[in-house]
Amino acid sequence: MPILIPIIALGAIALLCAVLLTLSSVFFGVKEDERIGMVRDCLPGANCGACGFSGCDGYAKALCDGTTDNPSLCIPGGDGVAREIGEIMGLTAGDVVEKVAYVACNGSCAPEERKYRYEGIKTCRAANMNYSGDRFCTFACLGYGDCIRVCPRDAITINEERCIAEIDPKKCIGCGLCAKECPNNIIHLINDTSTVVVKCSSHDRGAQVRKVCLNGCIGCGKCEKTCPHGAIKVENNLATIDYEKCTGCGKCHDVCPVKCIHFGNFICGAHFE
Amino acid sequence: MDFKVLIYILLTGVFVNNYVLQRFLGICPFLGVSKKFDQASGMGIAVIFVMLCATAVTYPIQKYALEPLGLGYLQTIVFILVIAALVQFVEIILKRFIPALYKSLGVYLPLITTNCAVLGVAINNITDGFNFVQSMFSSLGVGLGFLLAMVLFAGVRSRIENCPSPKSIQGLPITLIAASIVSMAFLGFSGVIGNLLGVS
Repeated sequence: MPILIPIIALGAIALLCAVLLTLSSVFFGVKEDERIGMVRDCLPGANCGACGFSGCDGYAKALCDGTTDNPSLCIPGGDGVAREIGEIMGLTAGDVVEKVAYVACNGSCAPEERKYRYEGIKTCRAANMNYSGDRFCTFACLGYGDCIRVCPRDAITINEERCIAEIDPKKCIGCGLCAKECPNNIIHLINDTSTVVVKCSSHDRGAQVRKVCLNGCIGCGKCEKTCPHGAIKVENNLATIDYEKCTGCGKCHDVCPVKCIHFGNFICGAHFE
Repeated sequence: MDFKVLIYILLTGVFVNNYVLQRFLGICPFLGVSKKFDQASGMGIAVIFVMLCATAVTYPIQKYALEPLGLGYLQTIVFILVIAALVQFVEIILKRFIPALYKSLGVYLPLITTNCAVLGVAINNITDGFNFVQSMFSSLGVGLGFLLAMVLFAGVRSRIENCPSPKSIQGLPITLIAASIVSMAFLGFSGVIGNLLGVS
């Protein structure tokens, strides 16, 4: 029975290894918080970073090791996710304020808005380095789609008729990545219950705006006078809405001579569905 | 004289018998993780560590268990088993007691579990008739050689990425061509160490 010797020897070595590994995993093993996995499963997995942590994994870890005790930080997930996380962690979920992004520019494809023909690399950041882009208005959407490339949900497209970026509120999850990417900082986040936005970012004087743009805010102040709640003010030549006071009546939209205050259903978010 | 032999074994492992570039063992991690310098050096250090541990364990097993029982032919299978278990064990220990080192070695430790360079150095130490100290120096040399090859090649690859190559040889083909050129360059070391130290 010479075959028995190698079998026994090999078996003994294997058994020794197995016992060693089992014992070491029992005595030296590091217990991972199993709640991390559970919280991670609730989160949408877009890794957008709107919560302020490095993606969904980062947020789940931060919740479990006590770095944060706020389960309502996930804006894309909304109330539902906050409630689920709250149940797992035993925390009370606050109301998540869901956000949508909009592009504050009302530009058009009209050739008189362009000061030169841009033939360089097709990114807003590159175009912006050449005399603040090819539009006369230095506050305008450049339309080369830097925001499109960072959007995790493909919610942004270039409107062919207007040559500016347009955000589909039905797809937007309010992560704010586009707002951070835009070199002109003209993408803003608003509560998705809002109904009125000023689609212009120009701080130029009215006459200058008139010269370079067909429908930018000229700072005439009609909206400020009309608003029954004092929610809209012309600051630094630009109408600015205070969403705390705005009731969404839309009167400012009716009186705006250049139609750069947009009103209606266009901001109704994906969260309503 | 003895010290000279140890130095000879060490330097031979690094340059002349470089496992990746001359013996073509451990090509998988060599091509896989040599894209970035920090990853390459992390992998290299992890390999040195595992090679030393593996030699320290497999050498006594060969000398005091397999050879007395006349089971030399089981060498390969036993070494694979022992090295795999050892790496797992080391991983658990590191995770518990030195989390910082565990994090920096990261995914490379389990990757090395079945690395043929590690198995190769353990078996070659026996075949070359080294004693225990010589085996340890040989492992250290081979590990350093692996680190050197990884780091050198990471530099080569980052250069390749900056210079666009024809589309038909982009990616793996150009990497393999570059690897073969680096390998040929290492041929120049053969004989140098022996002459330098006066050991043959």
